[in-house]
Amino acid sequence: MESKIGVYICSGCDIDQALDVDELVKVAGKECKAPVSKTHPFLCSEEGVQLMKEDQKNEGVNRFMIAACSQRYHEATFDMGDDSLVVRAPIREYVAWTQKTKDESGEFDEDTQLAGEEYLQMYYAKIKKHGLPEAFEQDTSKNLLVIGGGVSGMTAAMEAANAGYSVNLVEKKDHLGGFCLDEYKLIPAQAPFRDPEMNSIPEAVSAVASNDLITVHASSFVVSISGQPGEFQVKLNTDGEIKKFKSGAIIMATGSHPYDADKLTELGIQYENVISSAEFEQMAKSGNILRKDGTPALNIGFIQCAGSRTPEHLPYCSGTCCMDSLKQAAYIREQNPDAKAHIIYRDMRTPGLYEDFYRTRQDDPGVFLTQGDVVGVHETDNKNIAIDVDNTLFGEPVTMEMDLVVLAVGQVPSTMKGESALNLQYRQGPDLPELKYGYPDSHFICFPYETRRTGIYAVGSVRQPMDINDAKLDATGAALKAIQAMELTDQGKTVHPRVGDLTFPEFALSRCTSCKRCTEECPFGVLEEDDKGMPLPNPARCRSCGICMGSCPVQIISFKDSSPNIFKEMMTSFEMPDEFEEKPRILIFACENDALPVFDMAALERLKINTNVRIMPMRCLGGLNLVYINDALSSGYDGIMLMGCSFDDDYQCHFVKGSELANMRLGKVQETIGRLNLEPERVQQYAISMNDYEKLPKIIDDFAEELEDFGPNPFKGM
Amino acid sequence: MKEQGKILVIGGGISGITTAIEASEVGRDVILVEKSPTLGGRVSGFHQYFPKLCPPTCGLEINYRRLRANPHVQVYTNSEVLSVSGEAGNFKIKVRKNPTFVNEKCVACDHCTAVCPSDRSNDFNAGMDKTKAIFLPNKMAYPPRYVIDRTACEPGCSKCVDACKYDAIDLDMKTQEIELEVASVVVATGWKPYDASKLTNMGFSSVPNVINNIMMERLASVSGPTKGKILRPSDQKPVESVVFVQCAGSRDENHLPYCSSICCLGSLKHAKYVLEQNPEAKVNIFYIDIRTPGKYEDFVAKVQAEPNVNMIKGKVAKIIAGKEGGVLVEAEDILKLGKVHLEVDMVVLATGMEPSLKGQAQVAGIKLDEYGFVPMELQQQGIFSAGVAKWPADVNSSIQDSTGAALKAIQTTMGVN
Repeated sequence: MESKIGVYICSGCDIDQALDVDELVKVAGKECKAPVSKTHPFLCSEEGVQLMKEDQKNEGVNRFMIAACSQRYHEATFDMGDDSLVVRAPIREYVAWTQKTKDESGEFDEDTQLAGEEYLQMYYAKIKKHGLPEAFEQDTSKNLLVIGGGVSGMTAAMEAANAGYSVNLVEKKDHLGGFCLDEYKLIPAQAPFRDPEMNSIPEAVSAVASNDLITVHASSFVVSISGQPGEFQVKLNTDGEIKKFKSGAIIMATGSHPYDADKLTELGIQYENVISSAEFEQMAKSGNILRKDGTPALNIGFIQCAGSRTPEHLPYCSGTCCMDSLKQAAYIREQNPDAKAHIIYRDMRTPGLYEDFYRTRQDDPGVFLTQGDVVGVHETDNKNIAIDVDNTLFGEPVTMEMDLVVLAVGQVPSTMKGESALNLQYRQGPDLPELKYGYPDSHFICFPYETRRTGIYAVGSVRQPMDINDAKLDATGAALKAIQAMELTDQGKTVHPRVGDLTFPEFALSRCTSCKRCTEECPFGVLEEDDKGMPLPNPARCRSCGICMGSCPVQIISFKDSSPNIFKEMMTSFEMPDEFEEKPRILIFACENDALPVFDMAALERLKINTNVRIMPMRCLGGLNLVYINDALSSGYDGIMLMGCSFDDDYQCHFVKGSELANMRLGKVQETIGRLNLEPERVQQYAISMNDYEKLPKIIDDFAEELEDFGPNPFKGM
Repeated sequence: MKEQGKILVIGGGISGITTAIEASEVGRDVILVEKSPTLGGRVSGFHQYFPKLCPPTCGLEINYRRLRANPHVQVYTNSEVLSVSGEAGNFKIKVRKNPTFVNEKCVACDHCTAVCPSDRSNDFNAGMDKTKAIFLPNKMAYPPRYVIDRTACEPGCSKCVDACKYDAIDLDMKTQEIELEVASVVVATGWKPYDASKLTNMGFSSVPNVINNIMMERLASVSGPTKGKILRPSDQKPVESVVFVQCAGSRDENHLPYCSSICCLGSLKHAKYVLEQNPEAKVNIFYIDIRTPGKYEDFVAKVQAEPNVNMIKGKVAKIIAGKEGGVLVEAEDILKLGKVHLEVDMVVLATGMEPSLKGQAQVAGIKLDEYGFVPMELQQQGIFSAGVAKWPADVNSSIQDSTGAALKAIQTTMGVN
């Protein structure tokens, strides 16, 4: 369909106090050559929208450039239908609310007016070059693959099946149930939280085995997984037999195992009456809590944080051992009213309503709870165990003599075993990337299921240390995300954070030099390599961040609504004035997740921002191609600011390493600028978060001051 | 998926928002009902999250963008669910939409506040400052519309109406009674801070410069009453010494018997806030057990490594006013078998989370336990709960839980559950 652009400039919200809107309409008609160019005092009103809808019907306008408030407002109001494009030029936030308004005599400030005109031209250039996205189509499988048949895997499988999805559940052992199957009892899952509850895992196993939508593959492991969300090609080995099938999304629920207690010689594991918590659990299950010599154990000590919260073993806390030891103390009391449990702890961690479980043990006269640090463990003559405890509530060190000691060890994720559960045939590697301590966890507080391999979710105690109740909740959530990934992929849409985006990167491979930068820099493993070393995209793995586009030294990668070409057109859409004195021109590349909304916040406060700034929105700073720096400098900008999220260990980038890559590329461009005898500091990167809006004007002004010291860009006006 | 019935989410904080978005992105229709005039709940009042010390507005920004783009979610703000009746697959919901007196034409241009002659206590800043009677609930208000607190208005005043160019103010707006039909319900009504004035000897509301953890978040927030500078309320003096009282009213059968699970981490985070503004500040934390489970353990190590941070196991016995705004704290030091006396600039009571529904008019059809939580096992089929409405938890767990609740609610719409 032929494109016809209409420019609609709102004069409401005090835009008319800062800008001569009628002049802007003229600029749109003359400079931009817009076929339709109008203004309205209240564009988001019914009448305003009606004006545009009529033009759509009668004039055939199908591209709407709306110069008004930012796209964070009135998104639904300005929805002009699937066959039309809408581009928002935020002259309210970028100009009207943050620049000088007209003076008392009614004269508009010329710098403000210039800003309005230039933004109009920039966004007009953008909308001229936009293409309409075409959804990526594939033959999508909606089968869920779950790897791991313990509590997490079984829960994920059941929840997906209960929502009508078929599941392939793969388990390494010859039976389902995982680690918790063999426990004597479980920590309580519902009120009253006072006592251990019966182990319900065997029922869960039966329920899974008898569910029509779940196919259980026991004694199986994954040989390989290739493809992409919606069409993962899965190859299993079941007892030597190879099976193949297609799945739409994958849940990795391979669980954890107890920390190897044999490493805890400082806690006496070498003595016959010192055992691990897992061994004690089996002992309790058999009904015989006995010392090695077969006599009943009457004074059982529990050493908490055994090999946990210490740099020598596991630095982290597993979160489950306090509750587990209290549970095991309850076993002791249940099986022998004369036996006593002595729990030596650093901090008793029974959060939430688990506090009732702790209180019930505290009320039990046969359970003793002592805070203290265990500094030594020795065997005595009759094979009893003496525990030396310091920093106790008694004010002095004590030695406690027990006839049996249990080391409450933490959990270690299955990823630490060194075998890949997924065997992904991805150039990026066979596994999910790990964050810390071997856990392939999400890095985000707000998005616990965020994953670096689209459509593949880690769940349960392989993702984070967690207890059985948490694992069930986690698995239910993951099942939803996996289902969502399949459904969105089926519609050609991308997933979090750009949910619903239909655009995918396109590659003009005829100009590709096989440098492989895009393939290596993509945080999500979207790009494989063909035999010529050129990128082979898997669009369903893509998050549409644009990092690949930023990496390409020959600019062959583009999106329908964002490309090096579009950026260049935006930057060269108007003539840069020659003046420099006190007016250095700054171009700001701002990422839409972190930095761009900060301008909106500053605008709400009516903070005044340097008038010679032009803001260029980006999906991610990682999409910054170095050619943009060239283009900006050659169009006459005196300085360039890159604003995005922080990129250290606590990185904020929702595309993992966008701002980090921008920073790395910045290092290279600063060399180039230096060789041109330009000051490398003309291009700088800033970590800006939503809390920084008050500081924003000064950050920009300080940069402008530095630029004034450097003098004008010698390429200005060339 | 077959379209079969809507999902009602009660509560528009981070849990409710998550449930609504996650269900709608699978293609289900969701109705999200929030009592206050804006979505965002408690987290929109936080400065940062532990342990990353990242701003909550970042996640909210992405979530609001996903909400805006999704035609499957209908949001009712300033609305309360009065009753839930019927059965799974076929619930009838009565909702009362309270008037905000500002309609959808509002463009947030702020002309009204310039002429408004009245002000009100700002509940978003925990009563530490004021707004005009007409106000924007917060900078990320969703929807971005002003609201009028009529109880603060001068009788007969309509200056805002005259100042509004967009005809957005309707002083005659009426309460609306709405009836909805939905297939399943998720209760995500969150929490309120336990009323610390009930804690005898802790001095809240009687001793100046004794605040709670919510107020601390507002002090540290750039959108707060002091633009993010941690200044003590009585005289705006920058805080150079602070005591955090853990388990203030928690794990106590006379107040909240349970543990709220986030207050240890919250105070450690607040210690970081104070130290970031004043690296020489002296921080004392009185605790019973330090609860930083899982990988959160790294966070306590980080804070303990700071030179002026003192973590003392012991209960605070008494808090009284000192001279010139100072606060006198008497506490026990259990490991040293002694008492501690400190005089500090400010005391923060790390109060626990009480379920929002506790002490409110009952919502027919939603069953609460003795603490006011909404346990899943007490509800009839098709009614679920998520986040702190169900169990005191941190943001990460609440979001995980809410994502799962979306799936449970979806299953009900298909005839399962």
